[in-house]
Amino acid sequence: MPELNYKKLDWVAVTLYLVLIVFGWMNIFSSSVKETGFLFQLSEKYVMDLIWMGSAIVLAILILFVVPSKFWPAVSWPFYGLLVLLLVAVAFVGVEVNGSKSWFAIGPFRLQPAEFSKISTSILLAFLMSKYEFRFSKAKDFIRILVVLAIPMLAILLEKETGSALVYLGFLIVCYREGMTGWILVAGLLAILFFILTLIFSPFVAILVLAALTGIAAGFYNHQPIPGAIATVIVITFLAFIPRLMRVESLAFLTRFAPEVWAALLTGVTAVVVAVLSWLHRQVALRNLMLGFLLGLALIFSVEFVFEHVLKEHQRARIEVLLGIREDPMGVGYNVHQSLVAIGSGGFAGKGFLGGTQTRFDFVPEQSTDFIFCTIGEEWGLLGTFFVLVLYLSLILRLIGSAEKQKDSFARVYGWCVAVCLLMHVVINICMTIGLMPVIGIPLPLLSYGGSSLWAFTILLFIYLRLDMEGKSY
Amino acid sequence: MNPFQNRRSIVVAAVILVFAVMAFRLFQVQIIKKEYRVTAENNALKYETIYPARGRILDRNGEVLVDNKLTYDIMVTPFDVKEFDTLAFCRIFDLDTGFVHEKFREYRMYRTRIGYQTLVFKRQVTGEQYNMFIEKSFLFPGFTGVPRTSRTYPFNAGGNLLGYISEVDANYIKDHPEYRSGDYVGKTGMEEAYEPLLRGEKGYSIFLRDARGRIKEHYNDGEYDKTAIPGVDVTTTIDGVLQAYGEKLMQNKVGSLVAIEPATGEILTMVSSPGIDVSQLSEINKHYRDLVTDPYKPMYNRAVMSPQPPGSVFKLVNGLIGLQEGVLTPNTMYGCHRGYVVGNLRVGCHGHPSPINMYQSIMMSCNAYYCYVFRSILDNPRYNSVQEGFERWKEYTASFGFGQKLGTDIPGEKAGTMPTAERYDRLHGKGRWRSISIISLSIGQGEIGCTPLHLANLAATIANRGFFYTPHLQKDTPDSPIDERFKERHYTMVDTSHFVDIVKGMELAINYTGGGATATIARVPGVIACGKTGTAQNPHGDDHSVFITFAPKDDPKIAVVAYVENGGFGATWAAPIASLLVEKYLNGEIAPERKYLEQRVFDGNLLHKVKVKKR
Repeated sequence: MPELNYKKLDWVAVTLYLVLIVFGWMNIFSSSVKETGFLFQLSEKYVMDLIWMGSAIVLAILILFVVPSKFWPAVSWPFYGLLVLLLVAVAFVGVEVNGSKSWFAIGPFRLQPAEFSKISTSILLAFLMSKYEFRFSKAKDFIRILVVLAIPMLAILLEKETGSALVYLGFLIVCYREGMTGWILVAGLLAILFFILTLIFSPFVAILVLAALTGIAAGFYNHQPIPGAIATVIVITFLAFIPRLMRVESLAFLTRFAPEVWAALLTGVTAVVVAVLSWLHRQVALRNLMLGFLLGLALIFSVEFVFEHVLKEHQRARIEVLLGIREDPMGVGYNVHQSLVAIGSGGFAGKGFLGGTQTRFDFVPEQSTDFIFCTIGEEWGLLGTFFVLVLYLSLILRLIGSAEKQKDSFARVYGWCVAVCLLMHVVINICMTIGLMPVIGIPLPLLSYGGSSLWAFTILLFIYLRLDMEGKSY
Repeated sequence: MNPFQNRRSIVVAAVILVFAVMAFRLFQVQIIKKEYRVTAENNALKYETIYPARGRILDRNGEVLVDNKLTYDIMVTPFDVKEFDTLAFCRIFDLDTGFVHEKFREYRMYRTRIGYQTLVFKRQVTGEQYNMFIEKSFLFPGFTGVPRTSRTYPFNAGGNLLGYISEVDANYIKDHPEYRSGDYVGKTGMEEAYEPLLRGEKGYSIFLRDARGRIKEHYNDGEYDKTAIPGVDVTTTIDGVLQAYGEKLMQNKVGSLVAIEPATGEILTMVSSPGIDVSQLSEINKHYRDLVTDPYKPMYNRAVMSPQPPGSVFKLVNGLIGLQEGVLTPNTMYGCHRGYVVGNLRVGCHGHPSPINMYQSIMMSCNAYYCYVFRSILDNPRYNSVQEGFERWKEYTASFGFGQKLGTDIPGEKAGTMPTAERYDRLHGKGRWRSISIISLSIGQGEIGCTPLHLANLAATIANRGFFYTPHLQKDTPDSPIDERFKERHYTMVDTSHFVDIVKGMELAINYTGGGATATIARVPGVIACGKTGTAQNPHGDDHSVFITFAPKDDPKIAVVAYVENGGFGATWAAPIASLLVEKYLNGEIAPERKYLEQRVFDGNLLHKVKVKKR
């Protein structure tokens, strides 16, 4: 085995990592230190965090210098299996914290397998996708990937850790990079868009928007975008008058159905006809477009059902607050409101280290874990929040760039997985604290207090840095 | 080469876009929107008002008339309130459960506006109730008690005079922005007049608090805190013992009793009867309705607010003016045969020897004599017309303070009324009236309205032989010096020498033993007192009984007026009351031979004579 060239270690990534954890500790200290001052006791979060940080660095060194790259693909299946077992086990024998049963307690330490299953899933995904004969176009391969993703995701959902489960959707980005059709991502985004449209406005409006988008797309497909757009405008205008027409006495029979039902019937029948015709004429894209439209209609009509019967009350409330349907600054909206107040009160330069009033005095809940970004925003201001954004963006883009340069496809896919895990955590967490997403409990990687999260991201990152170093050494 | 490598740029572009959106949102929240910063201030800083102790009110001898006692306000932080035993709570504070439910219904309704604030739940609970509450406070999370001071009156005297304090209302705050909801302000009497001295200065502590409203620490170690400055004690000129005695004398009578120290203008006693009992003052809100609907108007300070005709007491003024104008000498003799008769006009008088000189006219209170005097003032050939003479007469009366506010420190002081030439022009036609037309003025009847304070001031002026100090209630002390205007002598337009003659007449009215003196009942053992009775006619019922007096004759220590509504002759009620007050003040006790008189006054009940509007 040739000598490793330690100069090839990605020192920039290591530096970014160290800056993040040190900055994280400062903010944990600020948000949890009591008036009595610094106390070197295990009961203090900032002391515990030092222990977690020290052990994480030891782990990082071990992974970098002791464990060879080949070890990881070799253990991918057993490792994955073990974590799935733990995920299921924790739902039965775990400790319950804040309503989710996702922790193993070992003395004063608590471990959350959901954090570590990201590593095992990433390794297995990299292992599967890096096989020479792997193709997303092969249904067997595609389904295998989906199942590998779905199992830990469902197990985590069982533990009521919605946030961690959402992270797994990020792996679809890796799949896209490795050849999965982009339509799945587009469809996913559109589904979210129409879900929101339906909730904020009404199913009727959502149908009109869907019909308009479909009409314009069909115009492009026929290479006649302008006539297509004109026809779409005419049809949509007509549909928009349905509620008015229902008020005309001679057309009273219209009131037997709601306006969205009329709109769905008229456009749906047309879509079915076009779909059949395009199928006969083998116009695959047009057929798919029409099928997509029909799926969209189904989605719109199921929104209410999903919202009322699938989602839990607190989830409904959080979404309603986010969309501005419900105003409740003392109730469900409290966290977001206090979080915004804390961040907003920081202004440009912040109130200074330990100078925060909102975060230090418990206005913001979970201020050292999920809402650590509030402390940063309040004490360091816009400078601090931009600093953190830049750190994360640099790390993510550096990982993507570095992954693309890998000769070994296992390292490439794994590198993407690491970048995407970071991306999902950062975006969900920060968007939650600044009111762009509903409140979803999920830590900010490397910054939030929490040993599991810190260890998991350390391991995740340093496995890749070892892969990267080994790849460049030969 | 990987076939999907171009997808990297799409993902990178999307990632950058998402980060840009977050950056934009942060810029918006941290730089553009100011509202979050305002909320942050409210969130974190809690200004806790420190209420200063209100100044005490002392009497001239250092007796405490108004003191502070500790009471407690029960506060509630609705956000922290959990299920609690309403019944036990109500039992402690003697409340109705409906009251509690209503309060909480309100809190629920305004819960977003209230947020984590702490509100007053019940004001002024007693120390006992507070102690009971503290013992069981663990049962009532969200409730706390804060100490506040309320007024207490160790000396049962001077209800109207002292006035009361009450919480400021929205209207008051609008006009007085320096007050905040929850502050108390003096509403009447001394409490109102000396509000700026008594109230002190509020302080505050700034605390940092957390989201649950829990106080965490002093903001910046209390660097920005402000300590409360307690109010200044105000010493009144009132003699508490004398005031209490005066109130007792006036019990069950409607009217006023005012005593002034002539040498200073200090008011020793000021009774308006019926008045407010001090026990009602501290809980004025509880009694307010009863007090304002009481037909005898106990809230009304008659001593300064009720102008009435002075009656024969005013003869002294006319006598002084006559002497100064040179139309009268002490030896001028006029005849009187049961009245003054000119043509159809007749001013009646009682039977007394005739003719008489000026001393006798005061002593016997002859009406006819002053008709002559008054006419000779107005018809003085020195003036071109009666009107000109009348204006001259008015200037004199004004120099005694009649018809204008004396400028005391007593809230609500009235100017009283003096007739004007315009008024008579309207009544009789311009320039068509003669001295005979307004002859009632000679004996203090007709269009004259003087407050009892005006008459007390007249007594003091005569006692001083020609000058007065504006009567006032605040004693000059180093801590709270009085206004310069109270230290200024006001001379009347009548020379000091003429007062000596009037005083002699007043001395005779009380002390002449040869018969005919009107006020011998006002004789004070061991003291030469001077006085003048008055019987003010009153179209609504019995005459008002009036008496002014001062004593001792040389170096007077006290000048008193008693005005007893519907009391009949001046000598019937007013003279005994005023003289007993003088005796009490100068001798310290009532001589045994006058005990019967004191008892008669204590027992006298004239309320039935006073016509009031029953509600």
